[in-house]
Amino acid sequence: MKFSLKKSPSRFSILPEIIAILLAFFIGALLLLFSGYSPLVAFSALFRGAFGSRNAWGQTLTQATPILFTALAFLLTFRAGIFNIGVEGQFLMGAMASALAGVYFSGLPAPLHITLSLLLGGAMGALWGLIPALLKVYLGAHEVITTMMMSYIASYLTSYLVNYPFKAPGWVAQTEPVAQTALLPKILPPTQLSLSFIISLFLALLVSFFLFHTYLGFQIRAVGLNPEVAENRGIAIKNRQILAFLLSGLIAGIGGGGEILGVHGRFVDGFSPGYGWDGIAVSLVGKLHPGGCVLASILFGMLRAGGMTMTRVTKVPLDLSLIIQALVIILVSAPYFIKAVILRKRDF
Amino acid sequence: MEIGALFNLSILQATIRMATPLTFAALGGMFCERVGVINIGLEGIMLNSAFWAVVAAYFSGSSGIGFLVGVLSGMALGAILALFTVKYYADQIVIGTGINIFGLGCSAFMCQKIWGSRGASEAVAGLPSLSISFLDRIPYLGPLLNNHSILVYLSFLAFIFAHYFLFYTPWGLRLRAVGENPQSADTAGINVHRYKMIFVILGSTLAGLGGVFLSLAHLNFFAWGMTNGRGFIALAAMIFGKWTPIGCFLASLLFGFADALQMRIQTLGILPPQIILLLPYLITILVLAGLVGKATPPSDYKPYIKK
Repeated sequence: MKFSLKKSPSRFSILPEIIAILLAFFIGALLLLFSGYSPLVAFSALFRGAFGSRNAWGQTLTQATPILFTALAFLLTFRAGIFNIGVEGQFLMGAMASALAGVYFSGLPAPLHITLSLLLGGAMGALWGLIPALLKVYLGAHEVITTMMMSYIASYLTSYLVNYPFKAPGWVAQTEPVAQTALLPKILPPTQLSLSFIISLFLALLVSFFLFHTYLGFQIRAVGLNPEVAENRGIAIKNRQILAFLLSGLIAGIGGGGEILGVHGRFVDGFSPGYGWDGIAVSLVGKLHPGGCVLASILFGMLRAGGMTMTRVTKVPLDLSLIIQALVIILVSAPYFIKAVILRKRDF
Repeated sequence: MEIGALFNLSILQATIRMATPLTFAALGGMFCERVGVINIGLEGIMLNSAFWAVVAAYFSGSSGIGFLVGVLSGMALGAILALFTVKYYADQIVIGTGINIFGLGCSAFMCQKIWGSRGASEAVAGLPSLSISFLDRIPYLGPLLNNHSILVYLSFLAFIFAHYFLFYTPWGLRLRAVGENPQSADTAGINVHRYKMIFVILGSTLAGLGGVFLSLAHLNFFAWGMTNGRGFIALAAMIFGKWTPIGCFLASLLFGFADALQMRIQTLGILPPQIILLLPYLITILVLAGLVGKATPPSDYKPYIKK
């Protein structure tokens, strides 16, 4: 058996994805129609809120940033044949570590403080990824369940930390604000868009280079495509799977840190509306390619940012965005369904 | 603070109540996994059923119709999961994640539309409780088991029946074969895809019942995200119960106790509730790590593509 890891352009068709996204919006429109709203008014408000002005773009990209981090994190493990649905947990633990580093380290110059805080977040995320990695590699525990459980543990653990030991005085469950020197610069004021966005784009490039242009990246993909063949070729599978988990946690953790240092300025209980889960969807919608992830994260950022404007202007509940998101996820992940039912192709 | 304030009859009764939605959902998840489909969407299915049961009960004025509609909506999401994963080989985890997001979004959207608030619905009449006279004559056990919602007793019947069905009927044997070795099951003349479809839908319907319990027996209204992770706890209970009906029930009792304890401790304010809330997940990790016995799933979760 031979490896064929070269990208074959003929198979890189995005027609099913585009149809799936359009279909999701179409079903959303039907839902609006049946519940007495005008889809035209609602969707035009949504698009205006997402792309209609400089500020709208800022909001969309701000929402896209954490999702891009988590999508890249999911992607790295998936390419190694690992279904890591614990990205949310790695993201939260990273966010907490960065927040604490931002609050309690002092007297550092800004670039150093920021770098240190982000790296600590990344390290914490990597640690959170290492646990299910070791459980999988050495004890054979299925990663889907362990990573999911690790996510929930992280969510309650960070909630405990921010409600008890590190709670700032006041009613809200949040930490003290991070020091000025730890705040990421805003790049499109007055919107919340911060340097974190640039970092996420840079990481997308880096992940792409790593996976497709380095030997280690090749090995990781080989393990994902066919572990038996990879092992016969002398690739240390366990080793590469652990590496993929570590890198995944690192990226998710930095993403969590970026969200704290760039947007919130402190760890607020429940600040993540499920960015880690969105990342799984974005990664798949993006066809498991870093470039695709960038585009797909902007689509999801658009649904979040535009959804807020839509709710304000048209009174359509914000949850429409969630419904469309769910439909995109379901339809994009079923290309055979699109091919068989919509495109009428028999042989798949 | 006396420890006696924590452990009394009322917390044991609450344990039985809180175990009920978990038992239904864990059994549901078990049926799905037994035919080789991992049902991450339990949470969304429960939430969706909880919501539509309240909608139907609200407009019809009958909790019975609410129950029926709740069950049917569980079946509907189950059909989507089954169709996409079994027939169109879509990824089970992604479809499940989609169903979870859909359950959350759809219930909040419609709640806002119907009651003008995405937070909660108006109150509806709940399902009746059962008072069984002979139970009263048994000391200790009687007061513990009597006067619960009818769904609590249904959950007892469900796990007993599931045990009988799975291990003592030819259908049970076939469905186990479909999960463990679809190739051989197919060779033996079993319609693998049909078995998968039927039991994924059945499992999702059971999870729906768990949702109906929450909204028509536990609270008598719908609240935003009221399942609150119970679908995932149920998955944990299913693993802890080693994919057997009796195991699912016992694990649900344990995690139901954790839930009841958490509520009590929250009102007493002696221990952070988060610590208790994360215990079921921690226990599951330990189980999977082999520290509390070996956990081996009954299938490899791969779609069966007929050659």
